[in-house]
Formats: sequence, structure tokens, C-alpha cells
Amino acid sequence: MSALEIRDLHVTVETEDGPREILTGVDLTVRTGETHAIMGPNGSGKSTLAYSIAGHPKYTVTRGSVTLDGEDILAMTVDQRARAGLFLAMQYPVEIPGVSVSNFLRTAATAVNGEAPKLRTWVKEVNAAMERLAIDPAFATRNVNEGFSGGEKKRHEILQLELLKPRFAILDETDSGLDVDALKVVSEGVNRVRESGAVGTLLITHYTRILRYITPDFVHVFAGGKIVEEGGPELADQLESEGYERFVKAGAGA
Amino acid sequence: MGVSHRVSEDVRPVAVESFDLADHPVPQGREEEWRFTPLSRLRGLHDGTAAASAASGGAQGKVVVEIDAAPEVVVETVDRTDPRLGRTGTPLDRVSAQAWAAFDRAVVLTVPREAVASRPTVVTRRGEGVDGAVFGHLLVEVEAFASAVVVIDHVGSATYADNLEISLGDSAQLTLVSLQEWADDAVHLSSHRARVGRDARLRHITVSLGGDLVRIHPVVEYAGPGGDAELLGLYFADAGQHLEHRLFVDHAVPHCRSNVTYKGALQGQDAHTVWIGDVLIRHDAVGTDTYEQNRNLVLTDGARADSVPNLEIETGEIVGAGHASTTGRFDDEQLFYLQARGIPEEDARRLVVRGFFADLLARIGIDELEDRLIAAVDTELERAGS
Repeated sequence: MSALEIRDLHVTVETEDGPREILTGVDLTVRTGETHAIMGPNGSGKSTLAYSIAGHPKYTVTRGSVTLDGEDILAMTVDQRARAGLFLAMQYPVEIPGVSVSNFLRTAATAVNGEAPKLRTWVKEVNAAMERLAIDPAFATRNVNEGFSGGEKKRHEILQLELLKPRFAILDETDSGLDVDALKVVSEGVNRVRESGAVGTLLITHYTRILRYITPDFVHVFAGGKIVEEGGPELADQLESEGYERFVKAGAGA
Repeated sequence: MGVSHRVSEDVRPVAVESFDLADHPVPQGREEEWRFTPLSRLRGLHDGTAAASAASGGAQGKVVVEIDAAPEVVVETVDRTDPRLGRTGTPLDRVSAQAWAAFDRAVVLTVPREAVASRPTVVTRRGEGVDGAVFGHLLVEVEAFASAVVVIDHVGSATYADNLEISLGDSAQLTLVSLQEWADDAVHLSSHRARVGRDARLRHITVSLGGDLVRIHPVVEYAGPGGDAELLGLYFADAGQHLEHRLFVDHAVPHCRSNVTYKGALQGQDAHTVWIGDVLIRHDAVGTDTYEQNRNLVLTDGARADSVPNLEIETGEIVGAGHASTTGRFDDEQLFYLQARGIPEEDARRLVVRGFFADLLARIGIDELEDRLIAAVDTELERAGS
């Protein structure tokens, strides 16, 4: 079993008025096999947490640590973090003109596994994963995210999750912009990965909707740049009926 | 990064059309067609000093020409008095006139009527030093119903100016590739003058990667209706390099087509590219269909891309006419996305730049060349990474 440990994480972002602190001391431990939902209102810093762990250059860690089985993640480059077993499914995946999905997937798999996948089994594996996610086979020849609908982009993110088999998956608002059918398909994909027991999942979401399809082991309420309350799945139900208001105040007061 | 767009009232080159060097004033740098070119780096190719020095016993430059021709292609080296030379048109600028005045012998490649060249003909021009200017002349004549692929490869070090005449007979087909793979110290100015016959098809491709300063000036005219010209260009400028491409497509006859696509990448301090795309649709050129575009990808700070599309239309009865120009910075979000999938930064950068050129490379349509160009682009990137 592996553990992703976040300790007292403080993160700033550069603004016109100087650095602004977005994360104000996050503590969280995710173990493989566990699913943690991070829920919070807009602007609470949920996505900053995701991007800081992945290593986006926009964010500066000013205090605290993130370790994967004791290894300092923050000292690694973005690609080293991915090769160490981190995966971030992005809310707004970018277009990469002229780079086909199949070329991209093969290049990523080669990088993560340290060797090129065997061509025959790889093509089968990709096709099967695409079929499970109801992705048109013609998708493989399209350029990465170019002209994809919102649902296609999210399915493409989950396709990568299934193929790259990370130890820790951070899903940043993967449910946003999906209709119910697409949400089900994407959730089933996440559940297939979870069933392996080999992945720890950090599910970042604003709404409880996705939690009807993906049952978390733990729910954390995020407000004012840190976790302000923790509980089991029942906490999500409480948020559904009561909203975030109480926590926004708590976060602001902290 | 800099981008300029000129709104032109008249895209016709203002230059004198004359074979006589004396008719072409020495450019001072303010002229429209010279304003982007750093004249001080031309080593006197523009003001007569380079030619005078070579003629009066100064340093003698050398550019060795090797030709590997398809068996169907007739190769000749001819005297400057050969009547076939100069028929595609007069020199349009001072350096072209200088090259015309100073060249000694010309190479003529003829693809005889109805002949189909079975493989590409490769002309290699290998410069053996920058001291002493060299002037060249090449005529590629594809007779009626003939077809061929001609590759002109420029390598080594040189101070070189030349005229390239391209003549396509009725229904002839030619793919002509001019590769500028010079060493870092080369200076090369080249005028391409193409005449496209009735229903003929020209694919004209320039690839400029090497050299200190390269300036290519392709001009396309149509000798009859139904002509089709596709002009593709790929360039990659490194620190200090000046790569300039100025195109002029002159639609004077009806029902001809032109499509111009140039793509360039820039990296490093004072890397400078210039793309000028002049298209003129004259009054009689009804049924013209033309589109031109230039895309630039700026990879680092300190580089400058100038891009100036000009379209002038004198008749409303056309099929289509359009132009586009974009200059964008390398997108760090693309890099982050790829790196977040485990792909190391250098590989990610290569993927993005290859992707940028991918559609252009696919359109070139010569497999061996495509592989070679992908490798060349990778090499350019490695130079920056080191």
C-alpha cells in the first residue's frame, strides 16, 4: 500500500498586487484503495490543491510538504511526478494541434512505464478502453482535445487514467459540464480503476451529483484554502441539503 | 515578439523590371521591399562591392554544384548567352539583377515533353567558404504534359545570390523543393521566377533552416488559364538568424488557383523571420481562387516574427480570395499537460513543435523528405535545448 501525504501545505499565486495565499495549511493522507472526495464552494482553493500537487508552475509552495511513500513530490518536475505515479484529470484539458490521440497515448505510456508498449497488445488495450468509455474509434486519429466536446474531453481524461494506471489519481471537477449519460460513463471508468484497489483517488467536486455514482470513503469540506470538516459519505448528503454556507463562514473565520 | 500588418493599396512590386543592373538603384534600407532586411549583413551582394571584389581578383568563393538527375531529365551546363535564359522574366530587385549580371554559367534541367521523371532530381549546391561572393543561375524547364520532382539542396558556407527560373508548359507538373540547410555563416539571396502554363500545376516548397541570413523571393505568374500553384514553406530561425520569404503571386489570367501556406518557428535572441505574401488579382483574372496563410510559433523571448499578407483584387468575379496570419507564443499549458502525463519537457516541446508543422509536412507529400524534415526540426530544437 502506498500513501500520498499532504502536510501543512501553503500555496501562493502571483497576482498584480503581489503574491496571494490560496492554500492555508492543508493536511490530508490518501492511501491506495481509498477514495476521498474534496468538496467546496467555488474559489475555496480545491483546484489549486490539485494543480499544486501536479506541479503547475503558476503555484508556489511556501510551506509544508507533499510526499509519496516518503518521497518528496515537491522537489520533482511535473513529468517526474507523473512517472512517480500521480495523475491529474484536468477540468480544462488543452488542445495540442497536430498531435494525434494515439501518438499522445503511446508517448505517455512509454514515458510512464519506462518502455514502449508492445504494439499489438497496446492497440488492443487502447481499443478496449475506448469501447468501454463509448469513445468512437476514429477518435484515435484526431488531434489531442482539438474540437472535442466537453464530454469527449472528460472521457479522454478518464481513458488516460485507465491506460496509465497511476497510484494516485486526482480528478479535478471531472463531473462538470457532463450530462447524466456522460457522467455515468465517466464514473464507471473511474470505478473500474478503483476496483483494482491499486489506486488512491482524490475526487474534487463542487456538486454531490458524481458521488451518487462514485461512493467515497471520506468526504472533506474545503473552504478558505484548507479542510474545515471531515466525515464519511453522509457528510456529502448533509452538504446536498444544507449547502456550503456554514463552511464558508468557518473558513473565512479561520 | 513583434507582428506587423501592412494595409497595402498596391501590392505590385514597385521595383524596376530590367536586366540592366544600372537600372536598379542600390537599396538603402527604407525601400518597402528591403525595409526588413539587414543590409549590413549582405556582404555587399546588394551594392556591387561583392561582385567588384570577385571580378578584380579578390577572394574567389566557390559553390560546387552536383546533380543527381532522374534518367528522363536532360541536364546541361550552358553559357550565359543561351537564349533560353531570362525568358521567365526580368530581375525584380537589385540583388537578382546583380546575380543576373555576374553569373558565369547556368544549369538547365529540361523535362522533355510528356516525359515523367521516375525519381526526384537532386541539385546540391555546396558552399566552400564565405569569402568571395558566388552568383548562380538555374533554369528548370518542364515541357508540356511532363512531370518531375526537383530538389535543390543548399549546404555549407557561402555568400551566394542566384536566380531560379521555373517554366511549366501546358499541363506540366512540377514539385520543386528548395532546401536552405546552410551552415551558420552563409548568406543567401535567391529570386525564384515561375511561369505556370495552361492547366499546369506547380508545387513550390521552400525549407529554410540554416544560414546567417536567407532571403527567398518567389514570384509566380500564369501563362494560361487553369494554372495551379501551391506554395508551401517551412522555416525555423535560431538566435541571430534572419530568414525572409517574400512571395508574389500575380493572377493576370482567368481561372487560375494559388494556395500559399508558410509556417515558421523561432527561438533564441534576435531570431528574426519575415514573411511577405503579396497576391494580386488583376482585372482580367476572373475565376481566380486564392488563399494564403502564414503561421508563426515563437518559442522563446527575444525572437521577432514579421508577417505581412497583402491581397489586392481588381475584379469581383472570383471564386475566392483570402488570407490569414497568426503569430503565437509557445503555450506553456500544452507543455504542462504533456508533462503531467509523464512526458519529459524536452520530448513534450518536440511533440508540440512537430504538431505545429504536422499538417504542412503532410502536404509536402514526399515521404523521404518528410522524415528528413521532421529530423531537421528536431535537430533545431536540440540546438536550443543544449
